[in-house]
Amino acid sequence: MTNQASQATEASQPTKATTPPLWLLAELTYQCPLHCPYCSNPVNMEETFNELSTSQWKKVFREAREMGAVQLGFSGGEPLLRKDLEELVAYARELGFYTNLITSGIGMTEKRIAKLKDAGLDHIQLSFQSANADVNDLIGNKRHSFKQKLNIAKLVKAYNYPMVLNFCITAQNIREIEEVMTLSTELKADFVELATVQYYGWAYENREHLLPTQSQLVEAEQAINRYRDQQSGGPKFMFVTPDYYENRPKACMNGWGTTFLTVTPDGSALPCHSAKILPLTFPNVKDSSVQNIWEHDFSFNHFRGDDWMPSPCKTCDEKDKDFGGCRCQAFLLTGDMHKTDPVCDKSPDHHLMKTITDKAGQQASSTLKFRTVKNNIPVKMIQDLTV
Amino acid sequence: MISTPKTPLMNPLFRLQYEKVQDGYVLLFPEGMIKLNPSASEILTLVDGVRTTDDIAVALRKAFPDAPEDLEDDVTTFLQHAEEKKWVVYD
Repeated sequence: MTNQASQATEASQPTKATTPPLWLLAELTYQCPLHCPYCSNPVNMEETFNELSTSQWKKVFREAREMGAVQLGFSGGEPLLRKDLEELVAYARELGFYTNLITSGIGMTEKRIAKLKDAGLDHIQLSFQSANADVNDLIGNKRHSFKQKLNIAKLVKAYNYPMVLNFCITAQNIREIEEVMTLSTELKADFVELATVQYYGWAYENREHLLPTQSQLVEAEQAINRYRDQQSGGPKFMFVTPDYYENRPKACMNGWGTTFLTVTPDGSALPCHSAKILPLTFPNVKDSSVQNIWEHDFSFNHFRGDDWMPSPCKTCDEKDKDFGGCRCQAFLLTGDMHKTDPVCDKSPDHHLMKTITDKAGQQASSTLKFRTVKNNIPVKMIQDLTV
Repeated sequence: MISTPKTPLMNPLFRLQYEKVQDGYVLLFPEGMIKLNPSASEILTLVDGVRTTDDIAVALRKAFPDAPEDLEDDVTTFLQHAEEKKWVVYD
């Protein structure tokens, strides 16, 4: 996906990188045993192939660490599908990274969990699709995955890892938030993300099915607060709401090119894991050093600072709080990545949000598009649809 | 009646680490980082599960003989804060 012409005409004095990439997300593979209809991976499944080698990943880790990166997320797809995961964890830990494994748990065994501990893995984040076995297995489209996840959660604690549970909250499971919290407490989680799905990747395709209604969100928040009030000890719960109902956009990625660096399975370097949908050409770690990419690449400099900002962001007194919101969301919803995130009620496109949220709760879940090669949606087509 | 000084231990959820680029110590935890100021760093680097709170104050006084009089109070206050934040735990 290229759009060189628009890049050439928009070239201006880029704002320099002033901070190192503290957070490196290593998407080791897009292969996954689950087929969640809200996966944040690209909807173009062709990007599944051509993965970086072990030594290429080590080079990325070394270069990012030298710049001051401290947090390293091993993600995917399902990172356990990489047979060199233990070797990569050991290498990263030796470099001084805090190593996070972000996994569905499918494919984990006690032998591997022990080997990862020996390798120095610091933390495991385990995803659940629901607190109910049937719903969980249906959303991930894999039988017995719930049972497997329960077993892995017990092993994670038995091996003394800090455990974060991540429940993706959608219209399909938002009513069972109390069961989710009870289960998390039983599993002795340290932190629990009750993360309402953000609408990128496959979730964008299925948005009308997945987006909870505002009243469902309010009820969920009340249930969470009730649970917190009677808690003594136990997990710390974090509720992430979808910004579709907000009046101000999120400070996406803490600002473009300030904190986060994602490297995809084929080595593309991105300022956020969904940025590849944008009409920008992103660099590859196979061709350049991480430092060169971070400091000098056009795509990383393009949305740094506020030179790029349109009205009303440019003169807004809140521009340092939210940096104009999310570039991917502006692109997906308006067709122009340079526009103000339509979530902001100062945006001329804010009315788009209501047309979307009005449709929440009206779609049957039976027509969800599960993430499979069969459902492959070329990125080009999404762009044609939105422009 | 003299109360026995407590012995703090780092919560295994947190890892204390020196970061050259940050020019100081940080606490690392799942997907997060807290940058510590110099005095917090001096105190936490002495938390080893063996030294009591009194031992830590004594060690700091020895290392910084010219520190203000309220150094010992600062140690107590900071360790209370660190306990509230769950950075340190007590058996």
